Amino acid sequence: MNTRETILTRIREAVAQAPEVPEPARDYLPSHTPNDPQTLVNLLAENLTDYRAIVHHTYEDTLPDLLNQLLSAHGTQSVLVPPGLPEHWLQASNAQQIEDSSTHTPHDLDTVDSVVTGCALAIAETGTLVLDASPDQGRRRITLIPDHHICIVRAPDQIVASLPQAMPRLDPTRPLTWISGPSATSDIELDRVEGVHGPRTLEVILLSSRSGD
Amino acid sequence: MSGTYLGMPSFPVAAREAVNNPTLRANLRHATHTIRAKRAVAVAELADWALLREAGKQIKDRTLRHLDTLLVELEEKVTAAGGVVHWAADAEEANRIVTELVVETGEREVVKVKSMATQEIGLNEALEAAGIAAYETDLAELIVQLGEDRPSHILVPAIHRNRGEIRDIFATTMGEWGRPAPDDLTDSPAALAEAARLHLREKFLRAKVGISGANFMVAETGTLVVLESEGNGRMCLTLPETLISVVGIEKVIPSWRDLEVFLQTLPRSSTAERMNPYTSTWTGTTDSDGPKAFHLVLLDNGRTATLADEVGRQALRCIRCSACLNVCPVYERAGGHAYGSVYPGPIGAILSPQLRGTQSDIDASLPYASSLCGACYEVCPVAIDIPEVLVHLREQVAEKGGKGHRLEKTAMKAAGWILNHPAALTAGERIASKTRALHPKTVPGASAWTDSRDLPALPEQPFRDWWKKNRT
Repeated sequence: MNTRETILTRIREAVAQAPEVPEPARDYLPSHTPNDPQTLVNLLAENLTDYRAIVHHTYEDTLPDLLNQLLSAHGTQSVLVPPGLPEHWLQASNAQQIEDSSTHTPHDLDTVDSVVTGCALAIAETGTLVLDASPDQGRRRITLIPDHHICIVRAPDQIVASLPQAMPRLDPTRPLTWISGPSATSDIELDRVEGVHGPRTLEVILLSSRSGD
Repeated sequence: MSGTYLGMPSFPVAAREAVNNPTLRANLRHATHTIRAKRAVAVAELADWALLREAGKQIKDRTLRHLDTLLVELEEKVTAAGGVVHWAADAEEANRIVTELVVETGEREVVKVKSMATQEIGLNEALEAAGIAAYETDLAELIVQLGEDRPSHILVPAIHRNRGEIRDIFATTMGEWGRPAPDDLTDSPAALAEAARLHLREKFLRAKVGISGANFMVAETGTLVVLESEGNGRMCLTLPETLISVVGIEKVIPSWRDLEVFLQTLPRSSTAERMNPYTSTWTGTTDSDGPKAFHLVLLDNGRTATLADEVGRQALRCIRCSACLNVCPVYERAGGHAYGSVYPGPIGAILSPQLRGTQSDIDASLPYASSLCGACYEVCPVAIDIPEVLVHLREQVAEKGGKGHRLEKTAMKAAGWILNHPAALTAGERIASKTRALHPKTVPGASAWTDSRDLPALPEQPFRDWWKKNRT
């Protein structure tokens, strides 16, 4: 008998006498937050800030200027751009735009200052951004190696209240990266320090359409 | 490299050493009390905590009842998504499989995400024996590895070290492994984290093979899930060309939806955060994003034996959050090393003797490494009744009749005789009271019990004499 069969046989023998277990009761709350768009936007901003992400609010027409400001303030010379990022978003920036490509080695990416991406959705209650490697977000590594990540969330369309509301909207066959604040560690005397291996600065832009647009 | 657990003394011996180390006690007390208070706040934010806990328990129980079909389903889905699944009955087989996979790549070094399963099987040592260097990349694991130390906590393996000790370890040993620490390294956590960042980055950027565990494996979709904070996990999971994940068979969960429960309960129980900074999920391989080759090694190593025990199998519900360590009065004083296993604290006291059996002194002593106060059960996000399992394991150890238990049996037999002979009991009590001044503080021959406790003093007169004089 090969190992696979041995293990499966052991499992069957181990639980042969065990009683059947019913389907789990899912009587926990579908969310802990009133389902009001403005409440969700505020809560997401509050929770992101609590974990040291820097949050900005803007509109479609003012986004290019804001991006230019943020990149300049960071001293960014070069910025990584996923293939599906709307072109006009970076039209006001003078930073050199580097389109993500599979020919880039990790060492190449390490020389880039910033990365700008969209996201798949954001979860207000936990202050979490989820990236699913869609064209406006690019491959997982581009949001990992540069030290500065700017992530744009369409508010309120891409914001859900809770994990139970997020799960059905995500596609598990795609590689997902869930981001809640910048890289952090609490390994030294449980003092939280931001920035170990991932981006040390995470800026989130909550992008709204102007009312009446 | 990191020490091993071979030949560890039993818990009482190792704990006594730890209790007498004031630095260790101060480090542990600070850390456990900090996280304990934060966790209570994070849990209190969720009004439905009790229901989430119950759902987590039920999902895991149902998983264990149908573990065979779920593993087969997982294997099918991982394979369909481009991964390769291997099965390992024990540590030796798992180590052999992983070593062969690394050797096939032609590489001589690997980067590792913190993983309890690979520590449990001693993978780093096995790779080293094959001439392969395994670099731990979690900050705490790096501290442990550079300090030639052993982890002492599930979540914060270097919890027993303070910043001054960590500074010294980095300053003296980083250079032997790669980029040295800067000359002016201070003991501020930010400076230490920065030194680790620079030291490890050169390893991440050139790594061709990554090794990880997983927090969850979703049977329905074949998806693996890793929760972390630093980004070292993402580095190891996405930059190398080959990814090898070694995961205990009990880590499978039935459905994608089940994650909505555990992603709410695990971070809050573990680091007291609403959510950990990074979670990665992947399903097999993805074209031009992440590793080209993905291997999943499914590990038994005592888990099926644990599953066969009706009372003890609930230990397999564990999601390794470490909340039970942080509330345990015994762990707080004894520290993680005293448990002689990668799984310290209350969960270790029930998991290790079940995974390894109770033949050794250390494993036979672990079910006694508790005051049965029940705090561990209260905080467990999957409601493992740790005290119940401890008592159950004590029965098993006692039935085998080790050295300590023969003494206990003789004492109980003598007590039984005395209590059945009232005249002898009365005479004995009076003699005992009259000779109080001569009583020793400890009992010779019962040092395992009395070395750390004083005998209670006897009253001046027996209770029954007092009763006769004052109440009749």
